[in-house]
Parts: sequence; structure tokens; C-alpha cells
Amino acid sequence: MNFETTIGLEVHIELKTHSKIFSPSPVAYGAEANANTNVIDWGYPGVLPTTNKGVVADGIIAALALHATVEQHTHFDRKNYFYPDNPKAYQITQSDKPIGHDGWVEVDVDGVKKKIGISEMHIEEDAGKNTHERDYSYVDLNRQGTPLIEIVSKPDIASPAEAYAYLEALRQRIQFTGISDVKMEEGSMRVDVNISVRPVGQEKFGTKTELKNLNSFNYVQRGLEYEEKRQQQVLMAGGAVQQETRRFDEKTGETILMRVKAGADDYRYFPEPDLPALNISDEWIKELGDAMPEMPAKRRERYVNELGLTDYDAMVITQTKEMSDFFDATVALKADPKMAANYLQGDVNAYLNDNHVDLQATKLTPANLAGMINLISDGTISSKMAKKVFKAITAGEEPKAFVEAHGLVQLSDPAKLQPIIDDVLDANPQSIEDFNNGKKRAVGYLVGQIMKQTHGQANPQVVNQLLMAALKQ
Amino acid sequence: MNYFNQDLASLHADLVAKKVSAKELTQATLDNIKDTDTKIDAFLNLNEDAALAQAAKIDEAGISDDQPLAGIPVALKDNIVTKGLTTTAASKMLGDFKPVYDATVTEKLAAAQMITVGKTNLDEFAMGGSTENSAFKPTKNAWDQTKVPGGSSGGSAAAVASGQVPVALGSDTGGSIRQPASFNGIVGIKPTYGRVSRWGLIAFGSSLDQIGPLTHGVKDNATVLSAIAGHDEHDLTSSTQAVPDFAAGLNDATSVKGLRIGLPKEYLAEGVSDDVKTAILAAADTYRKLGATVDEVSLPHNKYGVAAYYIIASSEASSNLQRFDGIRYGYRAKDVQNLEDVYVKSRSEGFGDEVKRRIMLGTFSLSAGFYDAYFLKAAKVRTVIMNDFKTILKDHDFIMGPVAPTPAFGLGDEIKDPITMYMNDVLTIPVNLAGLPGLSLPAGFSKGLPVGMQLIGRPFDESMLYRAGYAFEQNTDFHTQLPTLGGQN
Repeated sequence: MNFETTIGLEVHIELKTHSKIFSPSPVAYGAEANANTNVIDWGYPGVLPTTNKGVVADGIIAALALHATVEQHTHFDRKNYFYPDNPKAYQITQSDKPIGHDGWVEVDVDGVKKKIGISEMHIEEDAGKNTHERDYSYVDLNRQGTPLIEIVSKPDIASPAEAYAYLEALRQRIQFTGISDVKMEEGSMRVDVNISVRPVGQEKFGTKTELKNLNSFNYVQRGLEYEEKRQQQVLMAGGAVQQETRRFDEKTGETILMRVKAGADDYRYFPEPDLPALNISDEWIKELGDAMPEMPAKRRERYVNELGLTDYDAMVITQTKEMSDFFDATVALKADPKMAANYLQGDVNAYLNDNHVDLQATKLTPANLAGMINLISDGTISSKMAKKVFKAITAGEEPKAFVEAHGLVQLSDPAKLQPIIDDVLDANPQSIEDFNNGKKRAVGYLVGQIMKQTHGQANPQVVNQLLMAALKQ
Repeated sequence: MNYFNQDLASLHADLVAKKVSAKELTQATLDNIKDTDTKIDAFLNLNEDAALAQAAKIDEAGISDDQPLAGIPVALKDNIVTKGLTTTAASKMLGDFKPVYDATVTEKLAAAQMITVGKTNLDEFAMGGSTENSAFKPTKNAWDQTKVPGGSSGGSAAAVASGQVPVALGSDTGGSIRQPASFNGIVGIKPTYGRVSRWGLIAFGSSLDQIGPLTHGVKDNATVLSAIAGHDEHDLTSSTQAVPDFAAGLNDATSVKGLRIGLPKEYLAEGVSDDVKTAILAAADTYRKLGATVDEVSLPHNKYGVAAYYIIASSEASSNLQRFDGIRYGYRAKDVQNLEDVYVKSRSEGFGDEVKRRIMLGTFSLSAGFYDAYFLKAAKVRTVIMNDFKTILKDHDFIMGPVAPTPAFGLGDEIKDPITMYMNDVLTIPVNLAGLPGLSLPAGFSKGLPVGMQLIGRPFDESMLYRAGYAFEQNTDFHTQLPTLGGQN
């Protein structure tokens, strides 16, 4: 039996606003429990929410970044349910008229391009956090009211690999807008997953299961792969997939039954009467659209077509807006694009990984990276010397000044190199004889001797030229 | 002596002239409340120490001419939060609840240097029309202590009518200021939705709730509304419309000349008692004599108002009252085993019957499968009712009619029959649904009990209602008659 798979993803993205979506409390992490709260966040009697306009703007930006239609006449709704981390016992969200709908992102899986649809995206508030100790449970409302955008995919995703690619595309596009850090490991991007399989040709979707505890894109893909197979096996054995929630086990790579779903929850949605409807003007949308940075796909195209990067290099450079902006700024300072791309992917990435920092938190600047690359390009320093210079620019030093201060300037002047080469040749008649007898290795030895005499500062290319000329005389 | 048989302007003059100090006035007020409240039970708690301290401060600073409300006592319905002063909403759920913040109206009264002397009784969470749904005690009508004071702002109305305070604030979701004002023979206004900030009003029906003042006379009412109205950044449903000095223009007793008044035939239909009809028809004649025209008009969908209202208000209430869950504040049941227990037992024990009834009604109306037939349908009816009013108010300056179909009924008479109780609001509810201003003022008596008249205006045109109310008041003497609290005077 052949099966087809349908995957649905609900992605929550936490916005980087200063204050909460419906209260002036700060959005900040690591504070003492309930320090970043006020009467609104407590769901205190008599309080009313007020809408943070910045969150609405971010919702519009996200919609634009994901090719969605902005709903210009929208409002908030209440989603009612009791839980201690939900102090009003309702979440203010959007159900009836989400701020964005009918968007898409393009993914590329093994060279095959595909558009994945986004059915809707809405802005809403996050809940607080419950923690439990032996005899007590605690509620921390610091996170209560943190603004979120929920992005719901259309049932277009047909494989775990596509799910991965969709998440990566979403992450990148949102990351480029700057409205969120979109980091799964920090909780600023969270993914709820559902999957169903059905025999090819069957019209009705199969029964879906939900997966929890998927804390990285990798786990999402692995969990889906496991679940896809499991559901196929259930069906092939003549069984029926149950509507249930399953937990992904990181160690075994399996999914484990958490709970069987009995009917749908009734959240009794209705329009939030405490907040006026939102009327979003054409001008506002245009203003936000005009201010949007160039999206990663566009940048990749430009890098490949105009700057001659490979597809792979272009993909790596556009992982984050910061990296891509850094690259653009470096190239704008006349650095060779390929070298700039290589340095960013190689030495710079290694440096970031070793030190667990983001690019923007380092002392590296496009000016200094470009300065270093230009010193290599014009032959002032060798790539070997550049290792020392790179270390210096990570400490914020200006490359030219550093090179001069440390006498790292490459010896390229033939007039200065020739006497040294002559001396080395005079001292090594055996090597000359070896060369004449066809032993190419002798050249390497002679170059090594010349480098030794020049303390490594000789320009290898010039040395090579001069040496070969001398040997062939 | 009772200081409150005079209006705010003369009281203010006495304070400025130091014929009485704010402290003396406050002390006398507190003493009088303690003395008379044994008969009417208008107050849930008093703010003695803080009130006297505030009064002393005001005396020290002196009261100038441009502080018309300074040093004057006021009472707040106990669903308006007051920092540090117990605020119960007349519910066991909030029996010992001391808020950490002030409502916007509380702040505005403080800014005007009014002295909050205490918190008045109400139907629990403002749900009811007789104040019998208070978890603590029923309030009695100022005119006859065997009758209800109306509700839900029954405490505020009885307190003003009996001379305990010259001003009290109430809240009105479906008639809760106007009906008790009518039952107690005083003036009460439900301002246009959005005129007064709801920040700090414990929400019942968020799209309907408005705070408004209850006073003896129209001018006093206008003065206090100007002080509490206005846009508030805490309440996005509050309007940015400029707030006029409502009292300033009220000097001409004949200012209704040439106005067109609509009298909806539905407002004098079956169910409205003869005495009430007589009083309203007499009032119409008064207006005619003053040079206005009174036309019969029609609000054809008025009869659907009560049904639509009980769906919308209860739906909103069912959601608004979910926060009372025993977790963070308020009543928590003692004998609990798990989270479900905390919720179920705290709410079962903390809420009274009427509140539970409305939570169930609202929860049902919002449930999947019923939403379209109930909540959505009610929302559509609301729009239709709004349009009915709009049509009439296009060529009429305001609408007049009764406040309630009958004068105050007896304690215990209707409490057992929720539907009869709900039907009491048939003439006030549509005004909330339409978000319009509604003024209730004395217009007659029926067997010794006051009968009220309701004036309904265009959005944010409270000025027109005050103007027409003042003209009526100046040409009648109903407002000068005072209750005697069981013979004591």
C-alpha cells in the first residue's frame, strides 16, 4: 500500500517588543517571579487591556514577510479556559479575523521547489508559567501577556523534510524582519505539529496525531519521520490511528502516547468587548512594507547572479539578517565577495561558535573584515599572516594598523628578495642538482629555506616566480 | 441637621464661607449613616478614618471657589475599586478584598477633593434589579422600607434619597442606575457608552457597563458627571469626545421651547402600570406647555431587547467572572484536593444563585453549536434596536418615557421569579444596547412611592438630557419631596 502524508504546523513566534501586548509591563527575561507584572497581568478585578500598537505593526510585518493578505478590519477575540497560568481565564487572541491570511513561503527540498501555504496568522498574548514543588504549585506571570504571532500552515506539507524546510524558511524570513529572535532553543519560536497519513487516492484526510516536545527543527523532522512510519504500520496492520497527543523522546527518537483526545475543546470564542476593532490603513501597511529589509530569497538571488557566489554560500550567508547585512557591508567596502563569504562561513562562524555569541555581539566590523581581505587581495599580507590579523580584528583592532605595528607586511619586492634567493641557492648546490635531475621536491625545500630567512614574510608567489627563474637559468 | 437637603452649589458656598468645615460635614455624614443605615442598609462598609483625615487636609488647605466639589461627601457603589478600601461587589467571592489600585472615577473624585465616605450595597456583581441579590443584606427603599430600592445600584440610590450622602456613583448595565433612581425619587444618569472610564469598575457586561452619578437634582448630577467623564488611556472604549461643563448652561427653566420629543408607544404599552402612564403623560403635557412638541413614535423592536440583553450581558459576564477562580485573590474553598476542586468549590461557594444563573446562561450562549443562534443573533438584534433609536433621534431631540413599568415592588415579591425581575428592565435595557445616554428623574408618585421618567438622547448629548431634565424639574415639585425614613426626619 502506498501512503501520502499530510503535516500541519502551528508556529508561535515571540515578538521582541519592549512592553506586553495588553499591558505596559516590560517584556524581559530572567527577572524574579512576577516582577514584570501589574494589575492587568494578574487579571485583577476592574482592569482593562490596552493594545500595544507595536504588536499590531509586527503582525502586519509578519503578514507581509510571508506573502499574506493583511486583514484591515480586524478585532481581538477571547478564548475562554481555566488554568492557573491564565489569570483572566481567557486568552485575548484572534479567531474570527486573523490579522493575516493566505500567505506562503517557498521551500527547496533536494532541488525541488515548492510553495507551502499559510492559512492564517494572528496576534495574541502568551500565558504565564506554572511550576510545581512537593506540596505547592507556583504561578509566575512574567511571561503572561508577552506578544505572540501564531502562524498556521495549510495542509500542503507532505513530508518531514518539507516540514523542516518550511520551518527554516519561516524562521529566516521572520528573522530578517527583526520582529523576533525566532530561536527555538530560547523559546522565541515554538512549534506544534500534527500529522496524518492516508492511502494514496483516499479523499478524506487520515486521523491526525499531535506531537509534543519537539524542541528543534531536527527533532521536528525526526519525530515526524517516526510518526509517519508508525501510522503507516498501524494502517497496514489493519488498525486505525487514534486521535491522540504523543511525546517525542529525544533519546530513542520514538513518539510515546501522552493522552487520547476526547472531542474538541470548546473555548467559547467571542469578540473582546474591552478593545475597539482595529482599522488598519493602506498607508500604514505601505509604510511598514517600505521599511522592510530585503528578504533572504532575494538576497540569495543577488549573491549568486551579481556577486558570483555559489548557491550553497549564498544559503549559508543568508541564515540570519545580521550575517547577510555584514556580508553586504563588507562587499560594499570593495572586499572580494568570495573571500568575504569564505571568511564569514569559515573563520567568523567558527569564532561565533567557539565563543557562543551572536555576530552583533562581537567587536567584528565589516570595515575591519573588508580591510583585512583587501590587504590579502593586494598582496600586503599572506593568508597565513591573515590568521593573526583575523584574531586582531575579533578584538576590534584595525587591520592595517595592526599589520604595520607587528611588521606583518609581506616581502614582495623582487629587488629585496633576489639577494636572499641567491644566498640560499649558493648555500644549497645539492638541491639545484636534485632539481636539474627532475626532483621537484627540491623546490619546496628551497622555498622553505627562503621563508626561514625572511621570517615567513616573503610573498610565496613572488618567491616562486623568482626561484623558478633562477633555477632555469 | 441634615446638610443634604440643599444642592451642591449651596453646600459648596457654605464650605467656602466656612459655615461648616469639611471635617464637620464628613463627621456628620458618617454619624447620620450609622444612625439611619439600620433602617435602609445602604452601605456595605465605611471609610471613616481615611475620610476624616482627607477632610482635615482639605480644611487645612482651604476650599476655593473653583473647587465646586471639594469637601463634599460621596459614596461609591461597591463594584468600583478603591485602593485599600474593601471592595466586595456584594459577593462572598470578594468578601475581604482590598484592591491595590483606584478606579479612574475614584481618582477623579479624589482629584476633585470629594470625600469617599463609604461603599454602597448592590446586587452581587451588579446582577439584579432589587439589591436583594447582595450576598450580605438587602437594601430597603428610602420611602418605604418594605419595598426594594431597585437595583443593582440600590445602595447608592437609597443613600442619596435618604439624605445620607448628596452624591453617589452607581453603574448601569441594563438600568442599574436609572431604575433605582426612579424607585427612590432621585436623579440618575447612564451616560453614553464610552463617556466615563470603566477602568476599575468590576466588569459585568463590558460592552454595556457605564458608571454614572445619582443625586437629588439635575444640576448636581450634571456637575458630578463633568467631574468623572472623559477619555482614559486605561480604557480604550472611553471616548475622546470633549467633556462640556454640563451644569454651566442649566439656568433657563424654559429652554425646551421648540424642541421635538419622541414618546414611543411601546413605552406606554401593556405591563406599564396606570400610575406610571399617567405620570408620563402628564410630563408630556408639561413639556408641551413649555413649548416643546411631543410626538408618538415607535421602537418596533423594543420587545426583543430583554432577550438580546440577557444573552449579551450574560455571555460577557460568564467570561468576565472567570477570573474569580480562587487562585490569586478572593474566596478560595477550604476543603480541596486538586485544581479542579479549587475552581469548582471556590466558585460554587463564592457566587450566589443569580450570578450562577447568568454564568450558565452566558456559557450556554457562547458554546459551540449555539453561538450563532444565541450570541450572534442577539448581536444582530442589538444593531436593529440601535437603528430604531437612530431613526427617531434623527428628527427628535430626545425620547421620553418611563424608567420602569411600575414603582418599587415589595421586598421578596419578585426575587423568586427571575423572568418577572428581568422584565422590569424592559424600558432601560434598549438604551444600554444602543449605547445611548439615559437620564432618570422624578416625575410623580404612586401610592406614596416615587415614579421616574426617562429621557434618552443622542450619543454624547447628555447636555440635551440635562437641559430638558432641568426645565422639567424647575416646573414641577416632585424632586423637592423627601422620604422620612420611617417617621424620622
